Amino acid sequence: MEFEPVIGMEVHVEINTKSKVFCACANDFHAPPNTNVCPICLGMPGVLPVMNREMVNKSVAVGLALNCEISRWSKMDRKNYFYPDQSKNYQISQYDLPLCHDGYLDYEFEGGMKRAGITRAHIEEDTARNNHTLGTKESGVDFNRCGVSLLEIVTEPDLRSADETYAFLNALKQILEYLDVSDCNMEEGSLRAEPNISIRPVGQEEFGTKTEVKNVASFSGVQKSIEFEVKRQAKVLNEGGTLTQETRGWDADKGTTVAQRSKESAHDYRYFPEPDLVPIVVDEAWEKTVYDSLPELPLAKKQRFQADYELTEYDAGVVTATMPMADYYETTIKAGAPNKLAANWITGDFQALLSENKTAIGESKIKPEHIASMIGLIEDGTISGKIAKDLIVDMFESGKEPKTLVEEKGLVQISDTGELEGIIQEILDANPGPVEDYRAGKKQAKGFLVGQSMKATKGKANPKVVQEILGKLLDS
Amino acid sequence: MTDALHTQTAHETHDALKNGSLKATDLIDAQLAHIQSTDNSIQAYTEVWEEHAKERAADIDAEFSKGNDPGVLAGIPVGLKDNLCTTIGTTGCSSKILKDFRSPYDATVVKKLRDAGAVFTGKLNMDEFAMGSSTENSSVKPTKNPWNLKCVPGGSSGGAAASVAAHEAFLTLGSDTGGSIRQPAAFCGCVGLKPTYGRVSRFGVVAFASSLDQIGPFSRDVEDCATILEVISGKDPMDATSADLPVPKYRDEIKKDINGLKIGLPKEFYTDALNDEMREKIMTAVDVLKAQGAEVVDVSLPHLDYGIAVYYIIATAEASANLARFDGVRYGFRHPDATDVKEMYTMSKSEGFGKEVQRRIMLGTYVLSSGYYDAYYLKAQKVRALIRKDFDDAFEKCDIIVTPTTPSAAFEFGAKTDNPLEMYLNDVYTNTVNLAGVPGISVPCGFTNDNLPAGLQIIGKPFGESELLRTAYAYEQNRGFEMGIPPIA
Repeated sequence: MEFEPVIGMEVHVEINTKSKVFCACANDFHAPPNTNVCPICLGMPGVLPVMNREMVNKSVAVGLALNCEISRWSKMDRKNYFYPDQSKNYQISQYDLPLCHDGYLDYEFEGGMKRAGITRAHIEEDTARNNHTLGTKESGVDFNRCGVSLLEIVTEPDLRSADETYAFLNALKQILEYLDVSDCNMEEGSLRAEPNISIRPVGQEEFGTKTEVKNVASFSGVQKSIEFEVKRQAKVLNEGGTLTQETRGWDADKGTTVAQRSKESAHDYRYFPEPDLVPIVVDEAWEKTVYDSLPELPLAKKQRFQADYELTEYDAGVVTATMPMADYYETTIKAGAPNKLAANWITGDFQALLSENKTAIGESKIKPEHIASMIGLIEDGTISGKIAKDLIVDMFESGKEPKTLVEEKGLVQISDTGELEGIIQEILDANPGPVEDYRAGKKQAKGFLVGQSMKATKGKANPKVVQEILGKLLDS
Repeated sequence: MTDALHTQTAHETHDALKNGSLKATDLIDAQLAHIQSTDNSIQAYTEVWEEHAKERAADIDAEFSKGNDPGVLAGIPVGLKDNLCTTIGTTGCSSKILKDFRSPYDATVVKKLRDAGAVFTGKLNMDEFAMGSSTENSSVKPTKNPWNLKCVPGGSSGGAAASVAAHEAFLTLGSDTGGSIRQPAAFCGCVGLKPTYGRVSRFGVVAFASSLDQIGPFSRDVEDCATILEVISGKDPMDATSADLPVPKYRDEIKKDINGLKIGLPKEFYTDALNDEMREKIMTAVDVLKAQGAEVVDVSLPHLDYGIAVYYIIATAEASANLARFDGVRYGFRHPDATDVKEMYTMSKSEGFGKEVQRRIMLGTYVLSSGYYDAYYLKAQKVRALIRKDFDDAFEKCDIIVTPTTPSAAFEFGAKTDNPLEMYLNDVYTNTVNLAGVPGISVPCGFTNDNLPAGLQIIGKPFGESELLRTAYAYEQNRGFEMGIPPIA
């Protein structure tokens, strides 16, 4: 039987608020264990949580970027369960009234557009991290992460394949990065994506029995885990078996999922409204302030770049991959660089330098104005494109203006006909063989002579002028 | 003279300290000596901070001698219920699970009292985690009623009430979730106030039921109550549920007259369940208020009967989550024989918590469980809204409500320990006040034939502490008798 996968995502995003969601501790769990902690996030007796306003702001921003309705009135709830990674043995979360709900995300897939519904996005607190590798019979708990601001985004079961899910997740991540609300680092767990997967016979409307996959550490892991689950479920059904609703863990090494917990043994979280916090009231004015502060989002920016700068879809995609890159590009254009050339240089040599040297675009010594003036130097014939490829490396290392470097290193292109004629005549005299060949009709011999001329001028000869002179001297 | 220093009220004493006729060090010496001589019998303190108190008093004297006034409570000995977090001493909630626990921070009220110059005497016994009405649920020891050592002091703030009544402190702070300040104040013959929910920061009171808990003072007269309330009230950035409202000058407010004040008598409180002796005390008190110009109107609080049920669902539900953190992982008692996480939880909790606390955790867990939530917790929340509306409606007709604090006076040890429900019924007149979030005070209104104190409960509008204290003051100043001093003190 042929099956159609049905996938929904639960994505946990650590939001980069300055302090944790309910206390004043630094929102940074990379510090030595249990150093970014206080009585509140440690769940000491008598402490109370206070909602971080920046977290509400950033959560509303995500909600609006995902076309959600923002609740005028929402509340926090207690989710009760015992585990040593929780300092209170309940997690403060949102249950029936999430801050953001009923949105969608449009994303590109295989040349077209797809839409995934966003069920909700709600505020909660992250848990601590247990460490079972202390080498003793005890386990350690690091509470630095306990109370870190967390936004859980839940989608509708609208995704239909592993590849589609992969594209969706990348689009979501790009938006979160554009909003600058998270570093979205999956390996470090600041973004955690858990797929809910079921399959159904093609044409059937009713959903099949779903499994939820946990412990996935990358988007490609999500993709692979979905592929595995879809095959596994299809095999069970094709062999006449039945599926159980359960949580399964992804084993990245083996590329398989393993049953962890069935629905029957699922926790009864005993949710109830958090009495220590007041309701979150986001009025129209507050929502508008956040809305007005939203940046242009990736898809809109890409489409605008295609239209305004006449870039190909591919180039526009690369240039708008991150907001700093897009800003860099636009500044370069404003500094007078031609659209297409700027895109080529930025996505080509410049991008390569950044990744080779693991440099963030904002930390690059090459400023957009430098790229523009370098292209200007090529355009006005001061340097050759070949020289520019070396020049940009110098620019990257020194941070100097391209013009300064060209002068310092004497890279100015030789376009002076008289000077070049002398040099080329010497080359012709020194290479009678190729000259003979050319005149005998072997036109490709001219290429060798061009190369020799460039070599003699250390690449500085204007290739166009060299061609002209060679033509004149050889054909005369 | 020195040996009687501790019997004064705080406001009288503050004046003496300010004009230099009394030294804080002499006062604290007298206070500590009195604690020494009486607390073996009363057993109000779980911990006396002798050294700390003497050092503090010396500092206060130094401030006074420089001509500074270190605050309205400067030099005044103040005791704290054992569920208020202090960096001094331990904060054990009279529970084995928190025995010897040292808090890394001070409760907001503790900071405020210290800033006002209070000299802390120590920690006071209570029902474990504030669950109980007799202080018999303390894992430390039973506290005795200073008027009759065979009787309970009430609870859960039994130590805080008994110590003030026995002159072992001028003022104390307790907490009131369903009557835990007012009921022991009534039993011990002192003034006890539960402020409006949100009036006083809860930051640093070990939570029992977060939507009901409120910290409040015990004192020997209403003026002292007004004085300390002014100190501890106000918005706290650490407590999201604390109210951002100005704090009136309560000490000035109480001295205004009550002419024309409308006193509501809710008929549901004056049924056969109230014993005749208690009824007579309350009616006499109402007459005193009438003589001061107050008018009496009949009001109704029709959902009073549901109070106990609603209270024991909501309070236990919240408690089941609030007490989950005592798991042996980060602090408190961890059972030494546990070999894995689950055992650590179950063994630590089973041995660390007393029977009543365990009973309430189980009740609360049950009412929140899937399949029972709607029938219990959700329904209780709906009835709570009705109870709140009862008070709103009653306050349309009156300014203040007057009731007995308890159906009867203090009972003997062991009288209700075998029947939890009977113990719960002690809160019948007090817990709807917590459910509605309004303020309530208990003021002594005489003695029963057994020579036990009776309490008059005065209930105010939300943040109506001024009218409430004014009424209490008008009664106290005109009630025509002195409370006197318990034999033990």
